[in-house]
Amino acid sequence: MGGNGKSLKKVVLTGIAGRLGRLVTQRLHRLGDVRVVGIDRRSFEGRPKDVEHIQVDLRAKKARDVFRPGDVRALIHLGVLHDPRATAEEHHSWNVGGTARLLEYCQLYNVPKVVVLSSANVYGPRPDNPQFLSEDAPLLAGQAFPAIRDLVEVDMLACSFFWKAQSTETVILRPVHILGSVRNAPSNYLRLPAVPTILGFDPMVQVIHELDVVEALVLGLGTGIRGIFNLAGPGEVPLSVILRELGKPILRVPHLVARGLLGALWRTKMTSFPTPELDHIRYVCMVDGRRARDTLGFRPRYSLRETIRAVLRDNA
Amino acid sequence: MGAVELIKEAAAAWADGQLGGELLRRIRSLSTRQNEYGYDPFGFNREDARVAVAVAQLIHRKYFRTESFGIANVPEGPCLLVANHSGQLPWDGFSVASTLIFDREPPRLVRAMVERYAQTLPFVSYFFARCGQILGTPENCRRLLEAGEAILVFPEGVRGISKPITKRYQLQAFGHGFMRLALEARVPIVPVAIIGAEEHLPAFNVTPLARLLGVPSFPIMPTPPFVPLLPYPAKHRIYFGEAVNFVGDPDDDEDDIAPLVKQVRATVQSMVQVGLKERRHIFW
Repeated sequence: MGGNGKSLKKVVLTGIAGRLGRLVTQRLHRLGDVRVVGIDRRSFEGRPKDVEHIQVDLRAKKARDVFRPGDVRALIHLGVLHDPRATAEEHHSWNVGGTARLLEYCQLYNVPKVVVLSSANVYGPRPDNPQFLSEDAPLLAGQAFPAIRDLVEVDMLACSFFWKAQSTETVILRPVHILGSVRNAPSNYLRLPAVPTILGFDPMVQVIHELDVVEALVLGLGTGIRGIFNLAGPGEVPLSVILRELGKPILRVPHLVARGLLGALWRTKMTSFPTPELDHIRYVCMVDGRRARDTLGFRPRYSLRETIRAVLRDNA
Repeated sequence: MGAVELIKEAAAAWADGQLGGELLRRIRSLSTRQNEYGYDPFGFNREDARVAVAVAQLIHRKYFRTESFGIANVPEGPCLLVANHSGQLPWDGFSVASTLIFDREPPRLVRAMVERYAQTLPFVSYFFARCGQILGTPENCRRLLEAGEAILVFPEGVRGISKPITKRYQLQAFGHGFMRLALEARVPIVPVAIIGAEEHLPAFNVTPLARLLGVPSFPIMPTPPFVPLLPYPAKHRIYFGEAVNFVGDPDDDEDDIAPLVKQVRATVQSMVQVGLKERRHIFW
């Protein structure tokens, strides 16, 4: 348990056992005055002694017990399930149901700060996107890709919570593709031994270092900070430049072939990339990070090159 | 799989031979905001654009033999260039952009707006981006004007580019978006008349077909087979008018914006008339 708990701020962190969760835990630890309580149904190997981990499902009653004493000072919600293999119901119940419950507890037990990690993917890659989307752009990702509808819904839940729970400072972060040791779709894609792209398409993309995201989450904890913030990362480059930087062989595949092939691989469970994700390597989905810069004071510390190379971190 | 790289390398080598020092200097002085990989936020890359510029120079000097008048009217700061649109394919935009690179001192990169549809076409989508062209959304324009850039607008849109040869040099209705942008960003409008582009791909409109398909026009171009989209080498003449600053509320009703738009349209039309009078022949 949290040792000399009284003077420490209790911060609840969902998804603590994931790679990003661990990085956030380390960072919060460095703040010195924080006691981290993690909720994650996965086990947390190598957990530091003073970090509490409650291995339950977000939807379980026990999750509520974390909030019941009324001493939670902040919730950081990373626990969004991205497993594209899970069934639609499981996905929806976990992500949307789980998030709704969490927010309910926050209101019930007066948690003064909620930071939700959403994603710039909620805007969706589209041929008619402006080069840079601002925070009030419509969240259209679900149109092409039903499985991502959950993430859009989670974002919207957080947005409505922002308006509803006036006594809570709600922060919603929408980072661009997070690169690093994390096991997310963009990092996994860039770690492929030879990377397929779509012949004749080379969209501009934005990437952000996982530790910069951690930093933004911590900035979101600051008093008085509330609202939606795009996290744009250090800059924008064509996809091909990223692949060249990583020294990856590029397989250029015509779109129709790519779609058919990926569909077949998906059906035979040989890939974790669903077909509609192809739009991410075809069209732009970039954001304007001005608000995060001006209000949050967020400046990415890792350069473009460092961020791209970060996918090679911890990778044998 | 290295075919694409090989072609790119060969093209770059050819381009460097074509360009020579002076032109390379011109390209390198285009656009400013480059990141550590040499890309600007909209995907323009000076090195990637070399090949396109080398080809453009040939077409500009040898094929259309473009001549420009009043190029000093294009200011240094942010501005909207408003021009007549024609010719089935956007060679008119090409000529204006080329003129500002090859004939202006210092050279300027003008951003023309690409159709949404082009973004879904392989190669086309990123080729335009690497050459500094952008998707025509108001957000994109606003951002570029804020950054002090020049934008080329064809307020006639599809109505203009697809008009038949029988309507050459008759300006179609102007959209109002450009005026709202200019008012909002408080940037000057430079009227531009393009002479020659209205004849380089003569087309006839098959009205019943267009009506059947529900498209604004269905142009048929009587050109030799297999080279259907090669324009005739009509000489291009480009007139840049004096920059005008408009004042007003960008959120006004259509009725209040309309007279300002009309004023710009009239200016462009009269510049077209002058240009036609001065021209002695379509091809030289």
